[in-house]
Amino acid sequence: MSDARFEESAYGGPLLEVTDLTTSFSTDRGVVRAVDGVSLVLERGKTLGIVGESGSGKTVLSRSIMNLLPKRGLQREGSVRFEGKEISELPADAMRHYWGAQMAMIFQDPMTSLNPVMKIGNQITEAIREHLDVTPDYARDLAESLLASVRIPEPHVRLNEYPHQLSGGMRQRVCIAVALACGPKLLFADEPTTALDVTVQAQVLDLIAGQQAERFMAMVLVTHDLGVVAGRAERVAVMYAGRVVEEAPTGVLFADMKMPYSEALLASIPKLDAHSHVRLNTIPGRPPDLVHPPAGCKFAPRCPYVQDRCLEEEPPLRAGPTAGHQFRCWFPVGTPEGQEARAKNEREGRVPAAAVAGGH
Amino acid sequence: MAGTGTVHLRDPDATLLRVEDLVVEFPIGHAGERVHAVSGVSLDIAPGETLGLVGESGCGKSTTGRAVMQLPPPVAGTVRFDGVDLTTLHGEALRRMRPRLQMIFQDPISSLNPRRRIREIVSEGLDIWEIGAKNDRDAKVDEVLEAVGIDPAGGGRRPHEFSGGQCQRISIARAVVTDPKLIICDEPVSALDVSVQAQILNLLEDMKHRYGLTLVFIAHDLAVVKNVSDRVLVMYLGKMCEVGAPEDLFASPSHPYTGALLAAIPVPDPSVRPDEEHVLGGEVPSPIHPPSGCRFRTRCPKAQERCANEEPTLREVAPNHYVACHFPLEPGELIDFTRVGIGASVQPSPDGHGSSS
Repeated sequence: MSDARFEESAYGGPLLEVTDLTTSFSTDRGVVRAVDGVSLVLERGKTLGIVGESGSGKTVLSRSIMNLLPKRGLQREGSVRFEGKEISELPADAMRHYWGAQMAMIFQDPMTSLNPVMKIGNQITEAIREHLDVTPDYARDLAESLLASVRIPEPHVRLNEYPHQLSGGMRQRVCIAVALACGPKLLFADEPTTALDVTVQAQVLDLIAGQQAERFMAMVLVTHDLGVVAGRAERVAVMYAGRVVEEAPTGVLFADMKMPYSEALLASIPKLDAHSHVRLNTIPGRPPDLVHPPAGCKFAPRCPYVQDRCLEEEPPLRAGPTAGHQFRCWFPVGTPEGQEARAKNEREGRVPAAAVAGGH
Repeated sequence: MAGTGTVHLRDPDATLLRVEDLVVEFPIGHAGERVHAVSGVSLDIAPGETLGLVGESGCGKSTTGRAVMQLPPPVAGTVRFDGVDLTTLHGEALRRMRPRLQMIFQDPISSLNPRRRIREIVSEGLDIWEIGAKNDRDAKVDEVLEAVGIDPAGGGRRPHEFSGGQCQRISIARAVVTDPKLIICDEPVSALDVSVQAQILNLLEDMKHRYGLTLVFIAHDLAVVKNVSDRVLVMYLGKMCEVGAPEDLFASPSHPYTGALLAAIPVPDPSVRPDEEHVLGGEVPSPIHPPSGCRFRTRCPKAQERCANEEPTLREVAPNHYVACHFPLEPGELIDFTRVGIGASVQPSPDGHGSSS
């Protein structure tokens, strides 16, 4: 039985506090700093959206918090406090009390995250029997009610089926049922709907939101689509090259984004109310090499606001005009110095260096 | 609701591709059962046009694209491409048509042979058809690689050395190198990040102008389809729902299914709350035993008895805007999908392929 289960509610602070977390991997080419000095705070029952492109470190961050990364070549620094208790140094057998029971994860690809040769019922009861002291029959009843709660038709039939017998949307529901089985306080949803149709995406996100409200569960929603987090997260952190480059309450971020990267990411989404054949805004170039990241601001080579200072000196995370809003930029969007920097670039025909290198 | 008809087709002389009453079925098991993947789809494309094919997984949009390529040939129907009915061609005659029809696939990394250099991948079509002398072929490969934004000097590298977006650029280069007339793009941006997706969509538009291409663009994201298409065909479970110009279709969807697809798109604006009422519930029924009448009726809140008995055919609701539905939406009408359709008590198979029950 998990000791952690009986310690709950004594602690009144935030559910999750991540301070200065740095995660790097040793590779043949050198050390990759996938997560670089990230600090986050998540309150109970709230949703934090983490947004960024492939390679921005958003997935490594969530796995690093859960301590799910392969140990080989891994260096992890900083602190992860769950309900006030430091968990970053815990060995795997101590983490077992947290995995599933306290914090759980839903992965991107429902096709590969279920065991193909194990019945769905057993995949759900496995976690229940590991963490809760219940009889096999009770675990099975619980599994059936979980399947019903994620709106899977005929749950008693599905318990005896294998993952290949279900559609992608149904499999993702099973993954959600597995994640919710032991009533975790924190759910990591890592691109939970990227592999699904738009209609199924809406169903699955509504389902997660409903379960979250019912269970007063906190969630970290990781995605590359700002549209997905817009209506569903209280706060959003935008990641780039392993760092949080902007973080704010969702409404503030969308109304008054300061970091040129956030602006560019939002602008690249095709708009339904735009005309056909409208040229889409793109971000020139590619994310930087994390073995040899550029000096200065990591986004500078792709940034339309770039000035000489950006290439030399990395901007710190500083507070924005609204409480709880912070960003890394010397020439923020929507400020006089930002407008001046962009206008100057346009006057001088200065384009981001990466754009010249030929859009990859 | 999902139906058939050819009323939306235009003058055959003005179109590059004209598909009529396309039927694709796959036999399964020993009981003589069949998967009805595509059941009577008709479409046409004028030269230089982009046709968007949209619908959920299992609606038959990819199968339609492949049937146009005769991969595999359809069970029934005609596919007239540039005046020739491809379904009547076999063997060498069909093979001769291949360089003029190309495809771009969803997963850019697995659709490139990992053991070959990208230069060989791109030039293979030219080499097989021996188009031009060796020097000309090399120049052509350089030109298309340049055009898609890949440095030809890196042509000796292999696919794993490139990112997903770059691999999709290489796939596009491979498709345009034989100077095709028609390219079928099967979900070319679904596997990419939003920022890379925008680059690839712009690139496809550039390629279309540069090489005079006609495109069939298959996708499930309506905002993407709207961006690239001149005409959109919405499909559901092997049938056609609605055809029209993207502006008309999205400003005033006529088919309840189109309305549901539109309502499901996440809006990048936190003041717009996602509403559960207008999200389509349920699952696509099994294509082995599709519902009678309108195939969408089991999930459609507007369905009546008539929808179960009589299959709707396409009719014109506005100029150049066609819908196959007995009870189309009024402009501005929203549907409450918390109600269920007719015959929904017949449990739809949760498995798109129906092997479970």
